[in-house]
Amino acid sequence: MTKNVTENKPVKGKNIDETTGVETTGHSWDGITELNNPLPRWWLWTLYACIVWAVGYTIFYPAWPMISGATSGTLGWSTRGAVAQDIADHEAKNAQLVADLVAADLPTLAPGDPLHRYAVARGGAVFRANCSQCHGSGAAGALGYPNLLDDDWLWGGDVASIAMTIDHGIRNDTDPDARWSQMPAFGDILSKPEIASLVTYVISLSATVEDRAQAAEGAVLFSENCAACHSDDATGNRDMGAPNLTDAIWLYGGDTASLTQTITQARFGVMPAWGQRLSDVDVDAVAVYVHSLGGGEQAPE
Amino acid sequence: MSTPSLYAPREPIFPRRVSGTFRRLKWWILALTLGIYYITPWLRWDRGPGMPDQAVLVDLANRRFYFFWIEIWPHEFYFVAGLLIMAGLGLFLFTSALGRVWCGYTCPQTVWTDLFILVERWIEGDRNARVRLHNAKWSAHKAWLRSVKWTVWLAIALATGGAWVFYFTDAPALLGNLLNGTAHPAAYITIAILTATTFVFGGFMREQVCIYMCPWPRIQSAMMDPDTLTVAYRDWRGEPRGKGKRTDPNVPNTHVPDLAQALHAGTDPVATKGDCIDCMACVNVCPMGIDIRDGQQMECITCALCIDACDDVMDRIGKPRGLIDYMALTDEPRERAGLPPRPIWQHILRPRTIIYTLLWSAIGVGLVYALFIRSPIELTVSPVRNPTYVVQSDGAIRNIYDVRLRNKSLSEAEFRLSLTADTVLRIDLEGNADRDVIVTVPADTSLTQRVYVTARASDPAATAHDTALRFWVEDASTGDRASQATTFNGRVQ
Repeated sequence: MTKNVTENKPVKGKNIDETTGVETTGHSWDGITELNNPLPRWWLWTLYACIVWAVGYTIFYPAWPMISGATSGTLGWSTRGAVAQDIADHEAKNAQLVADLVAADLPTLAPGDPLHRYAVARGGAVFRANCSQCHGSGAAGALGYPNLLDDDWLWGGDVASIAMTIDHGIRNDTDPDARWSQMPAFGDILSKPEIASLVTYVISLSATVEDRAQAAEGAVLFSENCAACHSDDATGNRDMGAPNLTDAIWLYGGDTASLTQTITQARFGVMPAWGQRLSDVDVDAVAVYVHSLGGGEQAPE
Repeated sequence: MSTPSLYAPREPIFPRRVSGTFRRLKWWILALTLGIYYITPWLRWDRGPGMPDQAVLVDLANRRFYFFWIEIWPHEFYFVAGLLIMAGLGLFLFTSALGRVWCGYTCPQTVWTDLFILVERWIEGDRNARVRLHNAKWSAHKAWLRSVKWTVWLAIALATGGAWVFYFTDAPALLGNLLNGTAHPAAYITIAILTATTFVFGGFMREQVCIYMCPWPRIQSAMMDPDTLTVAYRDWRGEPRGKGKRTDPNVPNTHVPDLAQALHAGTDPVATKGDCIDCMACVNVCPMGIDIRDGQQMECITCALCIDACDDVMDRIGKPRGLIDYMALTDEPRERAGLPPRPIWQHILRPRTIIYTLLWSAIGVGLVYALFIRSPIELTVSPVRNPTYVVQSDGAIRNIYDVRLRNKSLSEAEFRLSLTADTVLRIDLEGNADRDVIVTVPADTSLTQRVYVTARASDPAATAHDTALRFWVEDASTGDRASQATTFNGRVQ
């Protein structure tokens, strides 16, 4: 049973390399011969087994490219089908949570509640897919698109008000229940000096201005033209979506040029009625998500 | 001249039974390693209600590793990485000092093959009986012996595959599920694969695994040097080998024979015979099927069974032991010159083994130190940077942080969150500014808490580009504290 590789006896019918005592394959290149240290035969069988496996695989699984598409395999398995199955499995797992969320009274959902956690997670996904295009992926908004992280709300910051805004949208033509208001374009009503006075007054509500006399003129114009919506103290009116003009937050900019443009031409921001596009549970979830971002308010007593 | 076959059939090996020091040592190691492997999952360790009571458990589903009183969380994987590095360095150390001692004594392939050969010998007899059975035509008797042997092998293989899955979930519960057919398919598939590999590798592949499948034999040559102690044959003492009369049995053969001259003479003169009587004992016991007298070779796993076999023969013919022995290459010229070999400690204590030992110990001490200083509570702070700050209606600047709180203790804890900074900052929790800044974290879980930090419009932090602050978390009941530094971003005009 011993391998005796050291004996260099010539064997009939075999080429033996003199230096190593190893049989050669008989191949010779420029006098260099190839030693034959044979591979174990079972390695060959593993190769054949792999070939058999590969042939079987191409029969059972999608493999061969054809003119349109590829062979589908007898098992009918596909990556697309596997993903669809995964999604269906997860939806089945979440079915109870979804039903609970639709039935839940949103204002009673407390942070830490498993249903609240689910709503925030689901709402975040819905937000990133549907809302981030305007409001930004971090919900910080942009010029003309409100920042949803702060404590300033045009139409109300409790979860029910947020849900209402999402469901019906703002100033759209598709939903008769959409939140609606329109500021007149005061360029047709007031003169340019009057608008300039008004701008100075509005700036003076949250900052110091140099021309107090002009601001005083603006105050008179404000009470005549603007107070009906923005209220006498200019803190706004959420029933009309009229912004608070005394705080530090400006949707379209708080500098002289921006305010002049806003008053002269008015603004008309539109938000789609998401209730027409999203399921009830997604509207609820994204409302809870937006409410959870830091500026959410408690429901009014 | 046709091309010879490029593929060789496996030559069957029938290792003969052997007894001696190393064989005894190997039986003890076999019993110890297999005992640890099979018994460990059944050890219990009470961790309190709701916690697994298995002493060693790799809980992949919940991302926890339990080892008696130690619980490793995923972010503490450096403990496992450290252990793996120690295992690697330990292997380097032992290989540079003692050659393939891992292969010969403790490698699972060696241990299970040893067990399978033991079963084979109990059922089919020792080497000669097995050779006869191998060469015999198939008969009822041969079929009976073979089927009994394969059944016992299969039972061992099944137990081996079965024990593996017990490390990953509660062993008693899983055993019940396995028996009544309700265990997860992954458990059955894992057991089936490991049963098949154990059965085939231990019963049929044996040395083929070491020679053709394992990369370690090739790597080891990089770690061995002439001072490495390894199994070798003292050919200057044994050669020329042969049967026949020897010199005075009471005088050890220290004469260095002139091999070439002896071979040239054709018939060896009695006086030049070496101690090797060419009894083939060393070859017959070898599980790798090699002849150690050919010198060090890639196939040798240094299991040292040839040492036991040869020592036995030397005792019987009245020659000193050690014709085949653990020795270093550097001793060869000394011994050829008639000098005694250098002491073993001189071979083992070398710069490389000392460096390996120091590295190994340093990592070990570091891991133990890390284990003792780790806090039962931890926090990591991820500042929300989209956007970097939020302007509130009163002009205040708010930053948002996701604080992950880890309660590694086995009871629910109330964590008090606070912050320190050089300037005035206010801390709020998610959802409600009125709530107390206390977060309840259940036992053995982590919880992400959204934290709002606000600087009033008049505070310097509101207009500074960034302000350093440090979050603190304190266990309200134990007083344990942890902290992490972060920054507050203001609105730069």
